[in-house]
Amino acid sequence: MNKTRSLAADRRRKTALSAVLAVVCVIYVLPVLTVVLNSFKLNTFVKTDTFALPSGEMWAGLENFIKGMTFGNYPFWKSAAYSVVITLLSTALILLCTSMAAWYIARVNSKACRALYFLCVFSMVVPFQMVMYTLSKTADQLKLNTPWTIPIVYLGFGAGLAIFMFVGFVKSIPLEIEEAAAIDGCGPLRTFFSVVLPMLKPTMISVGILEIMWVWNDYLLPVLVLDINEYRTIPIHIQYLKGSYGTVDLGATMALILLSIIPVIIFYLTCQKHIIKGVAAGAVKG
Amino acid sequence: MKQKKIAGGSTIRAYTRRWWPLFLGPVVCAFIIGFVWPFIQGIYLSFCKFRLISDAQFIGLGNYIKAFQDPSFIHAFWYTALFAIVSLVIINVLAFAVACALTQGIKGSNLFRTVFFMPNLIGGIVLGYIWSMIFDGILGRFGTSILLESRFGFWGLIILMCWQQVGYMMIIYIAGLQAVPEDMLEAARIDGATRSQTLFRVTIPNVMPSITICMFLSLTNGFKLFDQNLALTGGQPFIIQSGGTTVKTTEMLALNIYNTFYGSSSASQGTAQAKAVIFFILVAGLGLAQLAYTRRKEVQQ
Repeated sequence: MNKTRSLAADRRRKTALSAVLAVVCVIYVLPVLTVVLNSFKLNTFVKTDTFALPSGEMWAGLENFIKGMTFGNYPFWKSAAYSVVITLLSTALILLCTSMAAWYIARVNSKACRALYFLCVFSMVVPFQMVMYTLSKTADQLKLNTPWTIPIVYLGFGAGLAIFMFVGFVKSIPLEIEEAAAIDGCGPLRTFFSVVLPMLKPTMISVGILEIMWVWNDYLLPVLVLDINEYRTIPIHIQYLKGSYGTVDLGATMALILLSIIPVIIFYLTCQKHIIKGVAAGAVKG
Repeated sequence: MKQKKIAGGSTIRAYTRRWWPLFLGPVVCAFIIGFVWPFIQGIYLSFCKFRLISDAQFIGLGNYIKAFQDPSFIHAFWYTALFAIVSLVIINVLAFAVACALTQGIKGSNLFRTVFFMPNLIGGIVLGYIWSMIFDGILGRFGTSILLESRFGFWGLIILMCWQQVGYMMIIYIAGLQAVPEDMLEAARIDGATRSQTLFRVTIPNVMPSITICMFLSLTNGFKLFDQNLALTGGQPFIIQSGGTTVKTTEMLALNIYNTFYGSSSASQGTAQAKAVIFFILVAGLGLAQLAYTRRKEVQQ
């Protein structure tokens, strides 16, 4: 009797909890919803009627999106394209180079390797402001200031975390597998690419997601390294909408913000499981 | 068996060793360009007076003295420390509460988790503009703006950071809570422990590692915050002091360093670099403290 009553109370409590969380959830998506609303609203109403539906005279249709494309002295599609190029190239370069280096470090484990590993761990606690001035000057001198060469800078500054995560994983792989490959006549290159690399896949996904999220959202490094009259990324584009103009077309800005978060949300919803796992793996870096 | 393993390891090692140009070469080159050289040069330049790196002159500790005498830097330090601590408390309490709620097996847990984590993927600059529109939409009704009062800027940034970070910390707490042994909770229930007794005596001691990680993460996140600060208020409102120096009331450390490098026309790059070194020591100190703390805990366990 007592037990059934407590079970019923428990069920009621869970339903109440669900309801509360559902309300919080709705509040949580409101900011994104506000962006959607205002991207269809005429500029003059964004400030005065921020939370109203874009109905009647406020309705701007697709005008904000059309205006946004050329708004800010720089075509938006170009910023988006450069963002994609930089993110994909940097992530690919980081994954390939750091996984190779990490395997070498873990397996050869010489004094030089341990020193390099220590430097990598050290680099993870150094904030970007420490090196930003000298790094941007060095990158300038070496002509690394284009979207095609900036991945090298990302590889240099981002190698620490990636190597740390890969080394941790390689150490957990039993040596016997590589040993068997070596006995069967595989050289180091073949051992790495056809035996080790497939086993690294889960860590590859985690590291890849962390790097994609970092590079895609990064503002300071590209704005300092790239020649921004020539090349912009999405965060730079959005920052310069406000920075360079006296008056800002808020409607068009919101349209661009919407366009820039839609791919992110689609990416999130399609690989949600991996993203949450990857982020959690990166957090526990110690 | 053990013998064989050692022999195998050394075969791989001997095989692979001379391949270092291929395996290590690219990373080492990039690492020198992107980290080692700028870091060393940065340390050196913090002791120099310079406008361009090529005409740097060694002046000893002058830059550090200037940095500590700069009222805007001191203000930014205390502002950042306050922000980091307040956001640490609020974010962790909220994240822990949500994580507890989501591990009770209620309906819709997955959906809630998905929604709460989502803001994490949006970049800092974009977040700043979204929230500056929202805050101005609300404050505009009262004839004011987030740029006009520094307490609006402070709490605005706190709200923004909560929105972004609660989901992230929640994920770490959920992992911790799921690892709490079920039989321990069962035992507490049988012994007639109340809900709050179970929480404070059983659950919290068991998720202590997650709590430590999250505290340090939110503390360093708070200290390193830049994009959101730049996009939400950019340091406004400004106060001009009697000495003629401007203090940007909502400017945090990272933004202060950035503005000292690139904002002012006077030759203050040396001071900026000294500030950057101080900032590095601060952040690295937090990181090392975390490392030492987690190591000690691991030994105890």
